[in-house]
Amino acid sequence: MFNIYCPYCEEHREEEEFHPKGQAHIQRPTDPDACSDKAWGDYLFFRDNPRGIHHELWVHAVGCRKFFNITRHTVSYAILETYKMGEQPTITAESLASEEKQGDVQVADGGLQTVGASDNSVSESKGAKV
Amino acid sequence: MSKVAVFDTRPEQAVRAESPLAITRLADRVASNASAEAGVTLREKAFLGHLILRGGAIALDEAVREVLGISLPAKPSALAHDESGERSIQWLSPDEWLVIVPGGEEFELENRLREQMGDAHFAIVNVGGGQTVIELSGPYAREVLMKSAIYDVHPSHFPVGKGVTTVFAKATAIIRRPSEDRWELVVRRSFADYCGRWIIDASEEYGLNVLD
Ligand SMILES: [Zn+2]
Repeated sequence: MFNIYCPYCEEHREEEEFHPKGQAHIQRPTDPDACSDKAWGDYLFFRDNPRGIHHELWVHAVGCRKFFNITRHTVSYAILETYKMGEQPTITAESLASEEKQGDVQVADGGLQTVGASDNSVSESKGAKV
Repeated sequence: MSKVAVFDTRPEQAVRAESPLAITRLADRVASNASAEAGVTLREKAFLGHLILRGGAIALDEAVREVLGISLPAKPSALAHDESGERSIQWLSPDEWLVIVPGGEEFELENRLREQMGDAHFAIVNVGGGQTVIELSGPYAREVLMKSAIYDVHPSHFPVGKGVTTVFAKATAIIRRPSEDRWELVVRRSFADYCGRWIIDASEEYGLNVLD
């Protein structure tokens, strides 16, 4: 069982109900006619492939059918948080790096959503009601 | 009122209609084990009126309360009924609700809702021809759901008044719990025959009773 928290359904749902849709927060050039070929090509074809934190767009395909964002660790596959469209992530590569510098290293199961994490620990990290 | 063309999908003359589950002939397939002690009872609630409402919750809530006398369920996965239990509204998504009413009421309901909504930004779609309701009851109804659906149907997780869109036997379906001992599946027309046969097979060990 691998559950993902849908921020619109406000509960954990089976992974089978979701589809990944690639990198999140990609901005379309505001004036496509005026932008360079390189900028347009970057927007259309080029995606990040980081080792570590990755912000992704997912869709709750078999549930509410809403798109939302997932912050995922590409090495451990841990899902660190999920958040609605239009919102910004609270966990980023930068925020984790600065925490590490302060010696406050966040362990994978310390209240973050991991594979097989219990509902309780996850809802605590989300501050949401199960 | 908007200029959307609306029409009554129910013909006035007596035209033979077939529910999505008609070709399955459920009653014929379930032979000897149909009895009063059956663990699972299946009944298709055919030809009900199904409407999808989309729009802002505040405007829709006002209209629905005025026309149907039910407040729009604002909480995710909530399912609300009127006092008779015959009319229901279910939350499907933050801006989408499913209304199910007795067959024949849906056209008037749609018109009255459109009138109430006025110039607000909304959509109402009659989806009655595209899906049907299968009701499961009996002491083993939940067992059938447990082995068919990926969603947790334990009473602590699935109380009365909840409904979710999820996967039932690899098909997309809505599972809802209108009362303590009854479960409803809302399945698409093209999946209905498959889901019906699946339920027959999954219920075999408990004994299945098919009601008309
Ligand atoms: Zn959802």
